[in-house]
Amino acid sequence: MSDSAYLSLEQLKLAYGKTVAVDRLDLAIKQGELIALLGPSGCGKTTTMRAIAGLLAPVSGHIHLDSRDITRVAANKRSVGLVFQSYALFPHLAVFENVAFGLRLKGMRGKELEDRVQSGLKTVGLSSFASRKPGELSGGQQQRVALARSMVMEPKVLLLDEPLSNLDARLRLEMRAELQRVQKETGVTMIFVTHDQAEALALADRIVVMLNGTIEQIGAPEEIYNRPNSAFVADFVGFENVFRVRAGELDTETGRFALGGAIPREAQGLAWRPSMVELGGGPFEGSVRGMSFAGGTRQYLLDTPLGPIKVEASAHLPTHALGAAVRFDLPVSIAAPLQRFG
Amino acid sequence: MTMRQPAIVVLGLLVAFLVGPFVVIVAASLSAGDTLAFPPQGFSLRWVAKVFAEQSFRSSFALSMFLAVFATLAALVLGIPASYAMSRYSMPFAEAVRTVVSSPIIVPGIIVGLALLRYLVAPFGINVVVALFLAHTALVLPYCVRVVSASLDNLRSDVEEAAILLGSSRLGAFFRVVLPNIRNGVLAAFILGFVTSFDQVPVSLFLSGPGVQTLPIDMLGYMERTYDPSVAALSSLLAFLSIGIMFVAERFIGFSRYV
Repeated sequence: MSDSAYLSLEQLKLAYGKTVAVDRLDLAIKQGELIALLGPSGCGKTTTMRAIAGLLAPVSGHIHLDSRDITRVAANKRSVGLVFQSYALFPHLAVFENVAFGLRLKGMRGKELEDRVQSGLKTVGLSSFASRKPGELSGGQQQRVALARSMVMEPKVLLLDEPLSNLDARLRLEMRAELQRVQKETGVTMIFVTHDQAEALALADRIVVMLNGTIEQIGAPEEIYNRPNSAFVADFVGFENVFRVRAGELDTETGRFALGGAIPREAQGLAWRPSMVELGGGPFEGSVRGMSFAGGTRQYLLDTPLGPIKVEASAHLPTHALGAAVRFDLPVSIAAPLQRFG
Repeated sequence: MTMRQPAIVVLGLLVAFLVGPFVVIVAASLSAGDTLAFPPQGFSLRWVAKVFAEQSFRSSFALSMFLAVFATLAALVLGIPASYAMSRYSMPFAEAVRTVVSSPIIVPGIIVGLALLRYLVAPFGINVVVALFLAHTALVLPYCVRVVSASLDNLRSDVEEAAILLGSSRLGAFFRVVLPNIRNGVLAAFILGFVTSFDQVPVSLFLSGPGVQTLPIDMLGYMERTYDPSVAALSSLLAFLSIGIMFVAERFIGFSRYV
């Protein structure tokens, strides 16, 4: 573990009963970072988050926060905040009392309490909603109350479970900006769980891609987006043409194919985005099975000896009709080399 | 269109069937005559007055009220944690436990009463009021568990987790967050339990002793001895009482949503 780690998970193993959800997970997070746990449902991202919060006791391994081993510290003594996917506001309490809940438990009263709650509500733009009940608020407003309720506690780490998934598209952009602003203003270490790669790319300082209870890749958004290291991550971030590499050739179900350039020695696989496939010339030939117009581009699905290939070409180029034979190239120089395949 | 008139007729008959006995009893209780009769002979409030004057009715009413209130409270004290455990924790044999907790509903009250008498009161010489209290608590418990469970199932468990992450203990979260949110369900359970206990005959029949009788048992005995309209008057009063309770319950907690 590096010295700068504020929150670290070491060899964490998590299970529900006999079902192991997360195994041998190592992760180090710096103070003030905004981290996304990204992965499909069932990958263990929510389980990991619950373990950090203390709602799930690890089978083995350790969790350190702010140079203290919190593995066995109870959830209510961790200074970890959690904004639930369902918001989990207290339905019987007005907005003010929801936000005041934790502060009251700390023994805060009177003017100090009033000020803290009001400033918390102001931060999320809900000052005038203090006396409303949660049931009278929209989903976006409820979420901001949940955010304020956690933030007034000044947690060491704030966890957010799918913070944008229950909001409509417009609110989602608004809330995204809001989360970034709150994080920058307070400097709180934030970890959010999501299955939406666009959300992770847009928000996070670093992305932790998870699959089947282990970490596939950790990196900055650009790194994840441009240099995926496994077939899964590549596919997840839009490299839709992924091939295994064996002995310097593409290894497909229909046979082996040599490419024009030299494949990097350590690559177990190569991946191309649809836009990286060059259409109209090259060593391979396929026939157009499907075509759809997407504004600035056209997307093609080709049947080829290598299997189906997805291509995205500029809409300015001539159209290829359904059934037409087209030549294409998979340029090695721009392909993403994968260190792991499968 | 063709179904409309027959449907209205059936509905009318149904209402008459439900309300009819009530009308007959109220009318009979206002009779001036000396025996229970319908149509009533003349009009008088003397049988209503007699109900309040009758010492035996007063003491059995007090016992029934006492049992209904405290047996239901006891059943809630036991039933709320039980419901909570069943709704929040996955346990082995969860379904079997649920069935056992609701078993008095499917066992005839006569059998329950006899069993309690034979194996609790007779061998151990337990005080009759205590035995009645225990029996009523056991009888009311399933109703409480059912109604409270339904309320708990509607409350997501993540609000408790939210309370805990804000610094509350598990127990604190129960009292601060869970209980306030199932309050109406608990009130509904109380009313249902109260009515169930108050109206109980078969179990109480075996456990009532000399001088210790619940109101329904007392009424049963009174009718065997004396065939005057005061029993009708008492029934009318009880019916109006329960209509009043239901009205208030519906008005303030929306009782019908919970039962």
